[in-house]
Order: sequence, then structure tokens, then C-alpha cells
Amino acid sequence: MRLSVKHLLGIKDLTKEDIELIFQTADNFKAVLSRPIKKVPTLRDTTIVNLFYENSTRTRISFELAEKRLGADTINFATSSSSVSKGEGLIDTVNNILSMKVDMVVMRHSASGAPHFLANHIQVPIINAGDGTNEHPTQALLDAYSIREKCQTLRGKKVAIIGDIMHSRVALSNIFCLQKLGAEVLVVGPPTLIPKHIESLGVQVTYDVREALQWCDVANVLRIQLERQNKPLFSSLREYALFYGVNKKLLDSLQKEIIIMHPGPINRGVEIDSDVADGPHSIILNQVENGVAIRMAILYLLAGKTSAE
Amino acid sequence: MKTDFLSYLNSSSPRKNYFIFYIIFTPQYTVALKIILDTQKFTVVIERLAHQLIENHGNFKETVVIGIQPRGIFLANRLVPYLEKITKLKIQFGVLDITFYRDDFNTSKELHVPNDTNIDFSIENKKVILVDDVLYTGRTIRSAMDAILDFGRPQKIELVTLVDRRFSRQLPIQADYVGVTVDSMISQKIKVNWQEQVGKDEVILLNKEI
Repeated sequence: MRLSVKHLLGIKDLTKEDIELIFQTADNFKAVLSRPIKKVPTLRDTTIVNLFYENSTRTRISFELAEKRLGADTINFATSSSSVSKGEGLIDTVNNILSMKVDMVVMRHSASGAPHFLANHIQVPIINAGDGTNEHPTQALLDAYSIREKCQTLRGKKVAIIGDIMHSRVALSNIFCLQKLGAEVLVVGPPTLIPKHIESLGVQVTYDVREALQWCDVANVLRIQLERQNKPLFSSLREYALFYGVNKKLLDSLQKEIIIMHPGPINRGVEIDSDVADGPHSIILNQVENGVAIRMAILYLLAGKTSAE
Repeated sequence: MKTDFLSYLNSSSPRKNYFIFYIIFTPQYTVALKIILDTQKFTVVIERLAHQLIENHGNFKETVVIGIQPRGIFLANRLVPYLEKITKLKIQFGVLDITFYRDDFNTSKELHVPNDTNIDFSIENKKVILVDDVLYTGRTIRSAMDAILDFGRPQKIELVTLVDRRFSRQLPIQADYVGVTVDSMISQKIKVNWQEQVGKDEVILLNKEI
């Protein structure tokens, strides 16, 4: 069994079987992570570079831990402290790193499509750790994996994605992933933060957060990405919190149990209140925990590919 | 060669009873099989292995049994209930997957999909009995020992195997309990069939003839 792809650029390219293989492999790595020695020597002859052209806490640490727990050697790269600030281009930087015998690239970039572009120019497997407003495949996989862990299956589950859909790569990857696994998806947010024609992806759209929560089994709450908004798209964060923030009062009034998810980083009091984020139905920290197992599975499944050709 | 087999099968040679050749016609080659353990002997051998284990481990107080995924589990699943029946004791039994410890990750063409590992007891200072179906190059057992050591420091590790293909070891590893010893060439293949899997217990030697 192998993945049908050489790189993990987006969920869009994966088949349902690929996703199930990743989940099945992640189950085994999750078991490894609960042992006293949380490490296996599988990738001990593999070197992986983490190229982060954009800031990250969870994804970078999670990838690095996944690599180390597989026994791989890792190199970290942050744009601010590198020659990128002297004007070196993406392909030059990557080719220089690869000439030092690096076997895999994990990349986050602020430009959508950057990993796809790179994939046309280099031979080693690339894992997209988030590209602009396009995709964040590992996040979507760990989200779906966390729902699967909680509800056994994704089939027929109703998932609402709440917030800044327009600028969110997590939203797009989640839509693809959840739909491939047979879940129904609804997006909700202010009209200015919902992209036009998003219905063409087969998702439902609403502008009323109460209606969305009434409908869903799982609510994935997203952060407002102010850093990507060039012009103001809503009046103020306070107004956004008032109309679209998920709070305990709102959830209590619905009288049903909804699983609460958030890909992080959380802006407490804006898109989600502390008593919801830390509440009994929140699986936010399970998502982070599962992230390492999912990334180990992806690294394992893609690394084996290098030698096969 | 083919016609030789056919005439041999049609002949009334008494040795036909000992060596049964199935002939499978494929475009490239003919495969002939020799039975090493038939169904009846198969059970006898497993029971003998169990008795040898009891002889050495007595009350199994400090001993745990660990089957190696995927095919060692079949043997372990026969040994453990039999041991429990004879000794009337509860034996600690776990399964171990060695996929992540293989040494051929970057050279093998096939990507191995991992199986479950389930060891829900401590192996610290215990005597660990590893169980696998065929001992061939010794590389699986090397991986299994590495994997086991990640769970703690056992007092001792022993190895039970149903078939020992001797003279084909690539590492200095030997089994403590052997069901049957087979001298075979690298071009040949040993196949262990299990009742649970294919409906019949037997060990056969596949003889590849080009």
C-alpha cells in the first residue's frame, strides 16, 4: 500500500483511500506516542528540512517532534534569520539546501501555490505545511482524524466551519477532506468573509451562527486572519465577537452537545470564549496531540517513496 | 522437467505418498511443493514446543509471551491457549509489530503497512518469549529485539519458531525452541498455512524451477 501522490500538496489531490491509509498508519504512531519510549528508528537515514516562510508555533513544533520521533535528522529554517532577507529566491534557497543531501522538504509559505511551484522544480517529496490562503492539508487531516476518534466515523456527520472562510487555508482543506470522507459541511461567517461561489464546492452557506450550531454535530471555529485582510471587512473585532463569537450562553441555549474544534492560535473572546474553548466538549488539545501522529504517518508514507523510483 | 513430474505423478511410485507435488502452470516457471509438516504433525510439533516452554518456565510467573506481527501471531495464538490449558495459569500475552524497526525501509520496494502493537503489561525484568513462524535471515528478530527494548529492559529474551531455515542466517541469531529444521536454498520459499487463514495447517516448501 502506498499513497497515490509523491508530495502532499493539498487534500484536493488525495483519494479517500489515501486518507484512510494515513489514518490507519497514524493509529499505529499514536500507540507509539503513548509508550515510555516515544521514538522509533524508522527514518534514521532521512534528513528533513522545515522551511517556514511564515510564522508558526503548533505546526512547526508538531512537524519537528514527528520527525524526531521517527528518528530523522531535522533542520529548521526561519526566513527572518536567513539569506532570504538578503534577497535569495525560493528555488535557489531550496536547491542549496538539497545539495547538502536533504531528503524531504516541509514548507509553509505565505504565497498560495508555492509548494506546487516548488514540486515542479525539485525531486524530493514536499509536504505543504500551509500555503497562503490555499490549503493546509496536515491540519485538515488531523481535524478529520480527531472527529473520527471522537465519533468513530465521518460518514453522515455534520460539520460547521465558522469564521474567516475567505482567508482560511484550514477551511478549504477541511472542506475537501470532510467531503471525501462523507461528511456534510456548512460554512458560516459574515458575508464579507465568505468567498463568492463557495457553494460550487458542494457546501452549504449561512450567515447566522445560531442556525449553523443548531444544524451541526461538530463546530470548527476559525481565527480571524487580520494579517491577510488588506481592507477592513467588518466593523470591529468587538462587533464580530458579538454576532459570530461562539460563547457558552449561545451553546447552552441550543440544548445539544456540539464538539468544539479550533485549529489555533485562539483569540480568546473574539471567535470563541474561554469557557467554550476549555469546556468539556472542546477537543482543541486532542487536535494538537493527534497532529504529531498524523504528521508521523505522512512523513512515513512519503519517505518510503523516495527509494522506490 | 514438466513432463517428468507428470509421469512421476502418474506412476505408482511409493514415494509419491511422501512427496506430493502440486504443479501450477504459470507463463514463467513451474512451482512444485513439498510438504514439510502435514496437519497431524503440525499439532504435535506445536504441543511439543509448548511443553518445552513449560519445562523451562514452570509457572510463567516472570514470563511473558510476545507474538511478532503478522504471522507470528498465528503460532502464539495456538501456543498460549494450550499453555494455559496445561498449566491452568493466565499467561501474559502481547503482540509486537516491527514495521518501524525494519532495516530495509529505504531499500525495500514495498512500503510496509504497520500492524497493531499491543503490550499492555510491563516487560521490565521479565523473561520475554518471542514467537514467530519462520526464522530465516534473522533480521526480523533483530528488529523485534530492538522494538522490545523500547518497552523496557527484560531479564531475558528467548525465541520460539515453528520453522528454522538453517544455514541462511545473515545475523548471529538462533532460536531457543525450534519446531522443525529445514535445509533450503535461497531460491526456495517456506510457506506456513494456518487453519484460521486458509483452512489447513501445514508447512510446505515451494520449489521454484525456472
